[in-house]
Amino acid sequence: MLDTVLLIVFSMIGLSLLLNLWRLIIGPSVPDRILALDTMYINVIALIILYSISMGTGLYFEAALLIAMLGFISTVAVCKYLLRGDIIE
Amino acid sequence: MRLQARFRWLPTPFRSLFLFIVWLLLNNSVSAGHLVLAVFFAIFIPLLSFSLRDPQPLILKPGLAFKQLLIVLYDIVVANLQVALLILGPTKKLRPAFVKIPIDLTHNMPITILASSVSLTPGTVSAEVYPIPESINKGDEPIQRYLLIHVLDLKDEEALIKQIKQRYEAPLKEIFQC
Amino acid sequence: MISEWVVSILLLFGGAFILIGSIGLIKLPDFFMRLHGPTKATTLGMASVLIASMVFFTNAENGLSVKEILITIFLLITAPISGYMLIKSAIHHKLKAKEGTKGLNNIKDD
Repeated sequence: MLDTVLLIVFSMIGLSLLLNLWRLIIGPSVPDRILALDTMYINVIALIILYSISMGTGLYFEAALLIAMLGFISTVAVCKYLLRGDIIE
Repeated sequence: MRLQARFRWLPTPFRSLFLFIVWLLLNNSVSAGHLVLAVFFAIFIPLLSFSLRDPQPLILKPGLAFKQLLIVLYDIVVANLQVALLILGPTKKLRPAFVKIPIDLTHNMPITILASSVSLTPGTVSAEVYPIPESINKGDEPIQRYLLIHVLDLKDEEALIKQIKQRYEAPLKEIFQC
Repeated sequence: MISEWVVSILLLFGGAFILIGSIGLIKLPDFFMRLHGPTKATTLGMASVLIASMVFFTNAENGLSVKEILITIFLLITAPISGYMLIKSAIHHKLKAKEGTKGLNNIKDD
């Protein structure tokens, strides 16, 4: 049963990644695109966790943690750049 | 509001506890070696980093803080179900609005926690706190500050302000005693 | 067997919420409303996917697996902050809100 459920959830997250990509392409403004990227990295973490469940190994946990941290930092850095025109003042 | 901890060697007790738990979670074990290492980090990292940061108010009522954490977690689940229904429903009927809420908290740390819990809960995202503290001169009278929030579907402005003040702000005032 | 049911239900719940967050990102008319999808629905979806993974590995590896709590805490702490930064930059760029948004005069120019 778990295999079927995993397949369904994989396709759900794949679909939401496609929707995010659509928002990333059509914009219309820069904050919209950053929001789409921010949602994308969160969905990618979910994808990695699902992959590690389907492989039955816990090795991918550190990758998920690193992506969470890098994604947050990059979102804040790009927002800061939009707000001030400079990242570190 | 109290900024100074009871012991000099433990300037931030709850951050130390947090570091201890995070180290054990990261290693996913409670063996003796990791316990010793976790205690070492929990004592020395705050001591090293304490002088680099501004002093933050301490949690004075841990029991109440824990209860507030559970309330916020429960609200996150309920509010998410509501937002999911709003998103799936017809979007033409939504009544978005910007609402400003007067806040009585004075220190930055409680205001940050209030803004975060407002963002995670009932269909609202906090947008701005103004006036920003840099624009206030030292000698001036303390002025009323406002939290600007964006509401996805506004039903009753008065009720929303009252709910946020009672449910999230009053416990924070109690926890930090300010 | 029970744990398999729990993992399946939590995974479906989480996947549905992540999908709803992305649907909100596409469907809602202006930026300020779009922000509500990712900051809320996606966070809850991630939390339930991570709890599902916790239950699965606790069951599979004969030992408590609690590492996933770390990612959950991290996302719960950082989601409001990135939402706050995004809405601040949107206000700074003077993005148009949807027609009929109340209280637009509450936004103060800086």
